[in-house]
Amino acid sequence: MSTPRNRTIKVDYMARVEGEGALYVKMKGERVEDVQLKIFEPPRLFEAFLRGRTFSEAPDITARICGICPIAYQMSAIHAMERALGIDVHPMVRLLRRLFYCGEWIESHGLHVFLLHAPDFLGYPDAIALARDHKETVEMGLRLKKAGNQIVTLLGGREIHPVSAAVGGFHRVPSRAELEPLREELKWALDASIATAKLVSTFECITFEPDYEFVALRHPTEYPLNEGRIVSNRGLDISADEYEDHFQERHVKHSNALHSYHRGFGSYLVGPLSRFNLNFDKLPEIAQQVARDCRLTPPVRNPFRSIGVRAVELVFACHEALRILDAYEPPPEPRVKVRPRSAIGRAATEAPRGILYHRYELDEHGLIVTAKIVPPTSQNQPRIEDDLRELMPGLVAESDAEITLRAEQAVRNYDPCISCATHFLKLNLDRT
Amino acid sequence: MRSKSQARPKVGVFKFASCDGCQLSLLDAEDELLAVARAIDIAYFPEASSIMKKGPYDIGLVEGSVTTHHDAERIQHIRRQCRTLITIGACATAGGIQALRNWAEVDEFVRAVYASPQFISTLKTSTSIAEHVPVDFELRGCPISKHQLLEVISATLAGRKPNVPTYSVCMECKRRGNVCTMVAHGTPCLGPVTQAGCGALCPAYNRGCYGCFGPMESPNTASLSQQFRVLGQSSGDITRAFRGFNAWAWPFRQASGEGHRS
Repeated sequence: MSTPRNRTIKVDYMARVEGEGALYVKMKGERVEDVQLKIFEPPRLFEAFLRGRTFSEAPDITARICGICPIAYQMSAIHAMERALGIDVHPMVRLLRRLFYCGEWIESHGLHVFLLHAPDFLGYPDAIALARDHKETVEMGLRLKKAGNQIVTLLGGREIHPVSAAVGGFHRVPSRAELEPLREELKWALDASIATAKLVSTFECITFEPDYEFVALRHPTEYPLNEGRIVSNRGLDISADEYEDHFQERHVKHSNALHSYHRGFGSYLVGPLSRFNLNFDKLPEIAQQVARDCRLTPPVRNPFRSIGVRAVELVFACHEALRILDAYEPPPEPRVKVRPRSAIGRAATEAPRGILYHRYELDEHGLIVTAKIVPPTSQNQPRIEDDLRELMPGLVAESDAEITLRAEQAVRNYDPCISCATHFLKLNLDRT
Repeated sequence: MRSKSQARPKVGVFKFASCDGCQLSLLDAEDELLAVARAIDIAYFPEASSIMKKGPYDIGLVEGSVTTHHDAERIQHIRRQCRTLITIGACATAGGIQALRNWAEVDEFVRAVYASPQFISTLKTSTSIAEHVPVDFELRGCPISKHQLLEVISATLAGRKPNVPTYSVCMECKRRGNVCTMVAHGTPCLGPVTQAGCGALCPAYNRGCYGCFGPMESPNTASLSQQFRVLGQSSGDITRAFRGFNAWAWPFRQASGEGHRS
């Protein structure tokens, strides 16, 4: 057993995150000398091999960056292509895309809240072990996750890498009657989401409130999914077209993921906390009330409470999906005709983990000349390192095991998607 | 109780270059997950659990392709640790979409994506697991079908051959009662040369199959390419069609116009 001033803690492969990564923390007494999130997920080089592919292939190819949030990739790619090609879609297509995205949010948030994050708060290694003592909770989580997957499967044929989304609309749109079977399960899911928010609000959280720059989309009338301006609590208010003027990616030696910074500001936070804090007024009354009941009012700065915010977003997504079921009428055509042209298109949408930016440059035949993709975890990675830098000094009196657990939990607060970010976790803690 | 738990077969889930979607298929089996976890000992599955038990394992499920020197060594170690090694998904069985580098100059690819290419260590190729070690069963798909995954696990536990058909998507399409998208609408479709497993999804969604499950047994890719030309597809279109998520699978590689690495 080493002394508090001179210890080395190592976790070689972080669990319950999507993809491969390690974490390295070097401490001298109470001083944190270095924090590195090491992403060793091998690079897959999407932006390179997208060159020469047609604009219509980008949604299905980029979906393969991430099996957890393929719809986010499809949506950002499609919106960027539609911007390039000057396409406006029917309002019902727009609504259906929102429903599709709600399905992914429910599936992804359900997975993270119950299977990946809750075990941290309740002291279990995984949801399977959790289910031995809290069977009903895990079963509720699985059913909630499945409700999201049912939306995705109905609209897109399968849970992972669904096949219906297309530049210009959908390959196939459902009738009203086809959507109807979703209603009963979504009503259950709405109640289950409220129960989830109340449950996770009882989880014990340490006090930790960094001074974040929250960055999220903001839309005049809606909680953001597919569109909106990119705004922050430090006065940023830009369109997706201006994203690269304000955000810069850096390549650091310890990671296969690029790090994003807000030029002139530094690290920033994307994802549920940012969306919630910047768009609370756009949440439906039921989600606002659940948040207030759970003592979640903006600004929520404690990242350990992101699990509660994800639950509030589950309430939103189920409510929104039900609203869309009421409003939907099939559009006259599933998709509009698309003509290729030489152009550049950019778009950002709200993936479950935060803003996902795509930019494509097309030639006159619609072939991709250059592509740029900035996933949420690349944007959050410097901020995760900053969180650890700020969190560690307060934990110096704790045991190695406790520090390790807290550090891993601090990373899992972000629901980091490492597979996405390589276009990332192992914990090494060196204390001298 | 204790001895019963020790008798459960130990299963490890290992990840290489991939999107995580195929191992997620196990977690997407929401109705079966807790029952599966009772039948097997999920001993190593970092995406789902902090418990990482050491091998040997009775069954190893491997997702992803080999793209780094480190991973080329790691798969050798994992093979030695697993009595039965099953590869899952297009990355593990064919190299995945990232195998498009196999036709390119990988250094140029790295320079196109990273500002400091010297930090990146990657192989010139993305290859299937079976190109590196003997594999007991390859489960296709981008992503795999969770029903087929449960079948393969059950069959392996029961010591029988998995019931996973190797015929084409056309069979599933006919059974589903789809109208043939190529005959009726002139839409290019890889269904005639692609292995079944998805349930003929794309034709059911008014589009041509794009080959997620890889080449069927003995595919007639030459005939399909000819049909694509009749439908007005350029040689570039045909190359792109075969160079998808299973681009490096031999019949598709050949049909894409270049059988060999450039």
